[in-house]
Amino acid sequence: MAEPARARPKPTPETQHFWDGTQVGELRLQRCDACANVYFPPRPFCPSCASRKVSVFKASGKGKLYSYVINHRPAAPGFTPPYAIAVVELDEGPRMMSNIIDCPQTPEALELDMKLEVAFEKLDDKITLPLFRPAKG
Amino acid sequence: MRRNQVAIVGAAETTELGVIPNMSQIQLHADAALNAIADAGLKLSDIDGIATAVETPQQIAHYLGITPTWVDGTSVGGCSFMLHVRHAAAAIEAGLCKTVLITHAESGKSMIGKLPRSIPADSLQGQFEAPFGVFGPPSMFPIPVLRFMKTYGITHEQLAMVAVVQREWAAKNPRAMMKEPITVADVLNSRMIAYPFRLLQCCLVTDGGGALILTAADRAKDFPKKPVYILGTGESVETPMVSQMETFNSSRAFKVAGPTAFKEAGITHKDVDHLMIYDAFAHLPLYGLGDLGFMPHEETGKFIADGNTRPGGKLPLNTNGGGLSYMHSGMYGMYALQESVRQMRGIAPAQVPNAKISVCHGVGGMFAASGTIIFTNER
Repeated sequence: MAEPARARPKPTPETQHFWDGTQVGELRLQRCDACANVYFPPRPFCPSCASRKVSVFKASGKGKLYSYVINHRPAAPGFTPPYAIAVVELDEGPRMMSNIIDCPQTPEALELDMKLEVAFEKLDDKITLPLFRPAKG
Repeated sequence: MRRNQVAIVGAAETTELGVIPNMSQIQLHADAALNAIADAGLKLSDIDGIATAVETPQQIAHYLGITPTWVDGTSVGGCSFMLHVRHAAAAIEAGLCKTVLITHAESGKSMIGKLPRSIPADSLQGQFEAPFGVFGPPSMFPIPVLRFMKTYGITHEQLAMVAVVQREWAAKNPRAMMKEPITVADVLNSRMIAYPFRLLQCCLVTDGGGALILTAADRAKDFPKKPVYILGTGESVETPMVSQMETFNSSRAFKVAGPTAFKEAGITHKDVDHLMIYDAFAHLPLYGLGDLGFMPHEETGKFIADGNTRPGGKLPLNTNGGGLSYMHSGMYGMYALQESVRQMRGIAPAQVPNAKISVCHGVGGMFAASGTIIFTNER
């Protein structure tokens, strides 16, 4: 019997560009053409000024660790505790939930404000998740 | 809304609290409702307004046999009942109804007749939070706290003291689930749930319910119990996605709901005799004390650790023991309201002497929503 899998996102028309981006190794954000606000999660209008003129762009993939928990129990399907659930503050401004890989899942190793860079983890043929690892150098 | 125009004239919890394996969720609603109706000396046919959350108002109205002229199904998490009180008070003032019943119940432990909570894979939470391993409130609600601690210099020991102090209050409440005294060491050595929070910093999981009855203050003197007047109210929402809060250093919903209620009540923080801040997890009283303006956030941890909120302290907080020690069926806001009403009636097991003003602050859906009700027993 297969191991229980982690929750799999199902894109909508408004978020498809984000999930298309992760598949080709791009972290895509949106910027308002009217007021230059950069925002997340995806939607086809600016949540700051309500303009519908917005553009998708490739973000740097760099950010820092804003906050996290190290979850022990109950564990989500597909996860082996303890594992960190992190919120990353992207250099472009928005924050997103993710996991931190290539790093011990301990309070000592997970220092707030540590620099992170995006790493893409393929879940299946259609979905690749944006995870983060400690930035090199 | 005008001050003191509407009063609580009936208030009761379910007959039992804790583990109730012989009652479904809808019957817990009915048990609480019938107790509140009896408390108010009313008949079911006197009720012309109904509000509830999670369960729908049509479900509860039909089960109880009520034909309402006013309905509110606001369901924004554990503070829904604070919002119901606010909406009901406005509706009574506007003449939409005369006597409102607000019910809450949850078979949170026994899970009998409890509706499943699921996150669709194509919702924003399903796409941008669930894939990263969040699984229920313990993995989500504490996510902001490490940032809050770093920003304000709050310590693990101070956050442990929240649980210690509330256990002191719970010890005075016969109906509290957990009454044994605990120490900071007990808290910091309890089982890790989601770092930095351990078992004793997380709410209980229990069965139970509660109900309130509201009517115009001018009618309230004719009821058997001492009326508790609604002095001020506030509400707001921010985001169901904890990762998308404006900041982890405060709650925007708290900062709207709390000050709105204080302004409406026309009181200052010095006027507050009794305070309830919904404590699903140990950090919430600190957010509440700061966001409601009692003190700067950086002083909140020390304020609690120094004993200011414990029995005999200058700001009695969560005097039933809170969600950490009294009970928590999943949507605790109703129990915070019940304790404020008991304190204002002067009948609380851990009664604050001469308390005249009680502030009751709720949170819902992680930091998604908030409601604040300020009560008084003087008109």
